[in-house]
Amino acid sequence: MNSGGFWSMGGYARFVWPCFGFAFAVLLWNLWSARRFLALARRRTARALMMAASQRS
Amino acid sequence: MWTWFYRLASPPFVYRVAAAAAPWFLAAAAATIGYGVIDGLVFAPPDYQQGDAFRIIYVHAPAAWLSLFSYTTMAVAGAIALIWRIKVGHAVAAATAPIGASFTLLALVTGSLWGRPMWGTYWAWDPRLTSELILLFLYVGVMSLRPAFEDPARGDRAAALLAIVGVVNVPIIHYSVQWWNSLHQGPTVAKLGRPSMPGSMLWPLLSMLLGFMLFYGAVLCIRLRGEVLNRERLSAWVREAVKS
Repeated sequence: MNSGGFWSMGGYARFVWPCFGFAFAVLLWNLWSARRFLALARRRTARALMMAASQRS
Repeated sequence: MWTWFYRLASPPFVYRVAAAAAPWFLAAAAATIGYGVIDGLVFAPPDYQQGDAFRIIYVHAPAAWLSLFSYTTMAVAGAIALIWRIKVGHAVAAATAPIGASFTLLALVTGSLWGRPMWGTYWAWDPRLTSELILLFLYVGVMSLRPAFEDPARGDRAAALLAIVGVVNVPIIHYSVQWWNSLHQGPTVAKLGRPSMPGSMLWPLLSMLLGFMLFYGAVLCIRLRGEVLNRERLSAWVREAVKS
């Protein structure tokens, strides 16, 4: 496939490329949101542990 | 006999295993998805009827497959949690819901973008499309139900019940193209006997399917660690885990 044909996708470029673009956006969102969720859980847990420790002392 | 089962489902064990597995899943997913994208977009020949528009299948089919797999995982995890009272089951169900919902949305959007040039419309109330849309609503329902209760344990149980009831939709989606007259094409890969696709088109699809599954595994591991931490916040083992 030459480069012009590759980008035009046989005339279906406006359907094919948005599909792949959206797919990669969904993959990236999943990774980002999962990491953010874990970071928030860690922060909340650290805060809860600190509060528990200060109540004990 | 059940000792190993309960040990496998212990939160510290799950937290540790998920932490170790996630990077491996992610690296393998990047390699297989990378190969699938290059092979599918560059080397696979155009379809004799659909032309290059058929390449949408390389993201649509794995997303649709994952939407069903993720829902089944959620229902099975919910059932395990309800039957054996294993807390990690609820954590797995909660972790898998947003991933499955996002892949269901991806399947619907990419299917719609494929439908426009092939069927002449972005949407039709076709059995496959409608049942997939119901799947998205079920995911949203399960995700909304869990935090709707003040008592998290009741929220978990209600969400698990809804997931189990909703699992009836999974075979309906899968067999809808055989049970009813459907615009959607019939099974191509998961067909008894030989798949009706040449190898040059099939290999990138299988690679993308595997890559999406590995990616799902990686994201599930990361989310699961967060869910376990949220649920076990004041346990002794968590103190050590948070420090490291």
